Amino acid sequence: MLHQLTISDLSTKLAKREVSAREAMRACLDQIQRVDGQVKAFLSHDEADALKQADDADKLIAGGATQKTHPLLGVPLAMKDVLAVRGHPLNCASKILGNFISPYDATAITKLREAGAIIFGRLNMDEFAMGSSTENSAFFTTRNPWDTSRIPGGSSGGSAAAVAADECFAALGTDTGGSIRQPAALCGCVGMKPTYGRVSRYGLVAFASSLDQIGPFTKDVRDCATLLGAISGHDERDSTSIPEPVPDYAAALDGNIRGLKIGLPKEYFISGLSQEVSDAVSVAVKKLTELGAEVVEIFLPHTEYAAATYYIIAPAEASANLARFDGIRYGARVAGADPFELYSKTRGQGFGAEVKRRIILGTYVLSSGYYDAYYLRAQKVRTLIRQDFIKAFEKVDAIVTPTTPTPAFKIGEKSDDPIQMYLSDVFTISCNLAGICGLSLPCGFSAEPKLPIGLQLLGKPFGESTILKIAHAYEQATSWHQEKPPL
Amino acid sequence: MSAQGFDVKYVAHLARLALTPEEEQKFQAQLGNILGYIAKLNEPDVSNVEPTAHAVPLVNVTRPDVVRPSLPHDEAMRNAPSQINGLFQVPKIVE
Repeated sequence: MLHQLTISDLSTKLAKREVSAREAMRACLDQIQRVDGQVKAFLSHDEADALKQADDADKLIAGGATQKTHPLLGVPLAMKDVLAVRGHPLNCASKILGNFISPYDATAITKLREAGAIIFGRLNMDEFAMGSSTENSAFFTTRNPWDTSRIPGGSSGGSAAAVAADECFAALGTDTGGSIRQPAALCGCVGMKPTYGRVSRYGLVAFASSLDQIGPFTKDVRDCATLLGAISGHDERDSTSIPEPVPDYAAALDGNIRGLKIGLPKEYFISGLSQEVSDAVSVAVKKLTELGAEVVEIFLPHTEYAAATYYIIAPAEASANLARFDGIRYGARVAGADPFELYSKTRGQGFGAEVKRRIILGTYVLSSGYYDAYYLRAQKVRTLIRQDFIKAFEKVDAIVTPTTPTPAFKIGEKSDDPIQMYLSDVFTISCNLAGICGLSLPCGFSAEPKLPIGLQLLGKPFGESTILKIAHAYEQATSWHQEKPPL
Repeated sequence: MSAQGFDVKYVAHLARLALTPEEEQKFQAQLGNILGYIAKLNEPDVSNVEPTAHAVPLVNVTRPDVVRPSLPHDEAMRNAPSQINGLFQVPKIVE
């Protein structure tokens, strides 16, 4: 089935002219038609625009363009509704942006276009990327393709569900505290958060600027390497992007992990970790050992403070970033007798509950009299968390952990309990605070119901090649990534 | 620890967020719980620790100061909720 192909398999068929880009795009649109009523991954998509881009790609192929010059030539990719795509709607799954149409492309989108990709569709998410289930979308909740009574994870839940349901060949999402890796784990696909500064944030609507990164959702590790290579690199439009050369990530996928040292942090095997997840990760760790890696116990002693640190720093940055949504220059506006009333009413009616909670929390921890006790202290604990990783990476090449404490939970199960919801990201948050890279890939299923379980690999800053290499070697030795949800 | 001095009404005012009375009540309780959880951060000793604002510190990032094309005026205005003569229209600010 065409829509089920990986990017690499599709690219081979496109190169041999066995299929056209139009047929590939059509296959995605047909699959959306068939399953998205159940999955609800897409907020919108423009069929005519998608097919036009496909025809353009077919013309390029007919003119002699190849994957050498255009590594994603004719590959349909879908985007989280937080990335600017010129001429397409941009809502961040919020009401406050009204009928906003992006006037320009994000740098990641520009790079994908240069690589020949077809950019289509707006994928659902938690409003402004705040959440772990897509239940905070102002529009609707996306469903987990493995069990539609369950959440797909979040905040990039639409991206994960669309890739798992074969509605696109791959997708981009964003990860501030786990928003790529957690939904990738819960939907059974590969998701990577690159090192902070690896991918330009220009054209990404900011949530927490010191933590946000754009990254790929794919069906296998090789596609993850391809897509990461296409979007990475320095960008003078993002002063936090880092002038570090982009390696050939696919070249690292040689299957040889003999002698690599992988750390197993004791602190991640806590109460609250489900037995099935713990067992699946233990079996995966054994597999890594069989493949020649040396697994050693390590300590990340400040792990227990990561969630509390994150829930000060991320809301603080968000409260500043979201001040721009005031009803003056773009988006929805609720009239007021004076500017103050206009701002307050627009924001009060335009933002959903979780966004309001985080703006209030962030405003509070930055306010006069509380800054030192909360924000400054959190920044210091962030240093301790970061030092834990620096020390660990003196001894090991990568770290292996569960991605999430449990498989996907039921819709509604945690929506009234913010702290329980926050703790579903407990294993992914440290990576963002430390600025390192991480990915999640499938490592098993729960028994009843059958739900995907994710394995997280964490790497050194700019150590993406190493964790992709390990993930690829593991994937080649297992078949979890070949399983398809029952849609 | 309860969040001493946390008044949701006052902070919402600082953040320019109009809340309904139901929201005020709900958020006061929920954020009180969250602040209670966050109090965990009082445990580690941070007396000799420098704060981290960015994991990968870059300082004084500049680019050449040259004139380049920018977003055309009409495109920059296209998403405005209310405009007049190519300007953003806002309620009266001064008498």
